[in-house]
Amino acid sequence: MSQLVQPKRDFTIPVVMFALITFFLKFFVFKGITFVDSMIFLTFISSLYFLVTFPMNKYIQIVMGMLILFVGIPLIGFQNTSSINVVIDIAIYAALALGLNIVVGFAGLLDLGYVAFFAVGAYLWAIFGSGQATELFGWQLPENGFFLIAIVAVLVAAMFGVLLGLPVLRLKGDYLAIVTLGLGEVIRVIANNNPGGLTKGSVGIDSIQQPLHTFTNSLGSDGYKWQSVVFYVIVLAVIAVAIVVTNRLDQSRIGRAWTAIREDEIAAQAMGIPLVATKLVAFATGASFAGIMGTIFAAKQSFVDPASFDVNQSIGVLAMVVLGGLGSIRGAVVGAAVVTSLNLVVLPTLAIEFNNLRQSGALNLPPQFEVSKYQRLIYGIILIIMMIYRSQGLVPASRKHIEVDDAHAGQGAMQGGD
Amino acid sequence: MQLFIETLLSGLALGLVYSVIALGYTMVYGVLELINFAHSEIFMFGGIVGVELLLGVLTKTTWHPLLQLVFALCVGAAASGVLAVTVERVAYRPLRLRGAPRLVPLISAIGMSLFLQDIVRLVESLFGNFNRPFPSYIKGNDPDFFAITHPLISGATISNTTLTIFVVGAIMLAGLTYFVNYTKTGRAIRAVAQDQSTSSLMGINVNNIITVTFLIGGALGGVAGVLYALKFGTLNPYSGFLPGLKAFTAAVLGGIGSIPGAMLGGVVLGLLEQLAAQYISSSYKDIIAFGLLILILIFRPSGLLGRKVSEKV
Repeated sequence: MSQLVQPKRDFTIPVVMFALITFFLKFFVFKGITFVDSMIFLTFISSLYFLVTFPMNKYIQIVMGMLILFVGIPLIGFQNTSSINVVIDIAIYAALALGLNIVVGFAGLLDLGYVAFFAVGAYLWAIFGSGQATELFGWQLPENGFFLIAIVAVLVAAMFGVLLGLPVLRLKGDYLAIVTLGLGEVIRVIANNNPGGLTKGSVGIDSIQQPLHTFTNSLGSDGYKWQSVVFYVIVLAVIAVAIVVTNRLDQSRIGRAWTAIREDEIAAQAMGIPLVATKLVAFATGASFAGIMGTIFAAKQSFVDPASFDVNQSIGVLAMVVLGGLGSIRGAVVGAAVVTSLNLVVLPTLAIEFNNLRQSGALNLPPQFEVSKYQRLIYGIILIIMMIYRSQGLVPASRKHIEVDDAHAGQGAMQGGD
Repeated sequence: MQLFIETLLSGLALGLVYSVIALGYTMVYGVLELINFAHSEIFMFGGIVGVELLLGVLTKTTWHPLLQLVFALCVGAAASGVLAVTVERVAYRPLRLRGAPRLVPLISAIGMSLFLQDIVRLVESLFGNFNRPFPSYIKGNDPDFFAITHPLISGATISNTTLTIFVVGAIMLAGLTYFVNYTKTGRAIRAVAQDQSTSSLMGINVNNIITVTFLIGGALGGVAGVLYALKFGTLNPYSGFLPGLKAFTAAVLGGIGSIPGAMLGGVVLGLLEQLAAQYISSSYKDIIAFGLLILILIFRPSGLLGRKVSEKV
């Protein structure tokens, strides 16, 4: 087999230029939070993707990446906390998408109740890190107990994954989907019914402590900005770990076992892969990602109620994974970034623009066309169109090809000769 | 005793509604091995069309409420049937012809379900509130026709609503049983459910049969939607989700793919849910349905009436 050797093109200069131009545009010209300003910011964020994707000088790549992550985004965040909050949300959803990608993309188990694990993590910190714990047990954790609970949440969520997984993982694909959907609802209904006064029901738990809050508070009037930076650093750390872990798992024995199960359960079993155990590991790993992000979510919002954990969330994360490409790590992050920025930036700012137009009388639209109300519509269209036209996703997972022997090459040559 | 009998009757009515919805799931699953996630929205759509028709047109006529309801049922069924066929054409058929892996049509079905929820909400909210009430038939001193109750034994009563649901539900179940077992098309549906390629060799147009299956399943969903609105009083674009999930539970309970199974499963689930709501806790009644689903799937994955099928390699 002959391989076409393409000259490797170097994209160092265009990508660096792109990042710098968008940064300066955002930082010096489009400082506000209107639609155009937000779009410029998103373009700046997207330079991270180009940085990772295009072939370029390794050192400049790393330096630029660091600069964007640790200088560019915080600087813009200081100008406007909403910008950095968007990045934090993207990272939270990216970790969720990475976790769900393990379950759905790698192992092929359609889990529609994924948000249950997110809820477990969120309620864990909500209960122990707020006045709720004082009411229940008479003591509560200090604000930096968050870091402890975040670690504990990984384990607790993984445990929940095993507990929920044990009964349902014997089921075939479609049954699994509907049962997990039901289980996700069950968790929400339980939280809503406030068993033992634990979750405060539909009222929700408020004034949840934020990590390092005393420290950021001591920094004066800019304290809330520093608080956002604290969360930003935390989510960056978690997402970095999540990406590395997913990557390593994908290339490990268990990752190959997941792929085998996804492709053909019976053949995998015949090859000696323990089905239930392997699926349980996938479930537990996926759940643990959601668990830790749940604690961060609770701390960041400083408020948790059952409505934040409805089916919509599970489906939203699924839409991210599907949009990015099932089984693709980079795809999960890209999908999360696209869907989250669509939800939190593009649609709301677009709605404001429409509103302004309507008030100035330039546009005569009934108020029902409030674009931000129709997330499901957009998720739905994304899912259908992606499935019909590009079921492998925006950034498809690449299968590693290992050239083994010459026999196949010979066959290929024969076919070529026909 | 009075309470118990009334709970049973109410549960039976609920169960019949579940049965009629469950038939849509089970027929599609039987033919395509696909969970038609959008079926809950097809059900909701038929209900809303029926209710809108009643509110907008029929209540302004002097027809008897029952006649109005029958008309609404027919139109709701037609609307749902057409929608179901459209959904199949748009979201499932292209994938089926391509031979996509099983996860793909399932996700596309979920997408269709979300899309339909919001598109119905968009259209409804253009004409006012998207929460639509079932019309009331109180005129002057006459009580609402559907609220009139008739005495039964031990002081228990049965309302016209419940009676109507019994009659319509029974007609639907009997009609479908007849259709599937004793007509040519019904036989073709059963053949396609058993083996698509062999039935196409026997001269059955598989694609047409799939369309017919969606049409009938959808129409049943539309009927159930109107009945659901009659029983619960309101309908909104999101009210398809939970009954849909429960109806699917009912279909699995009876053995998915089995038509008598779906009927039995629906009735059992409705009775259990109503009894649990009455005697255990009403805020946990949804959990009972799902708990039941999980228990069945663990201990009897093929359902009450389903056949055990070993997977071919």
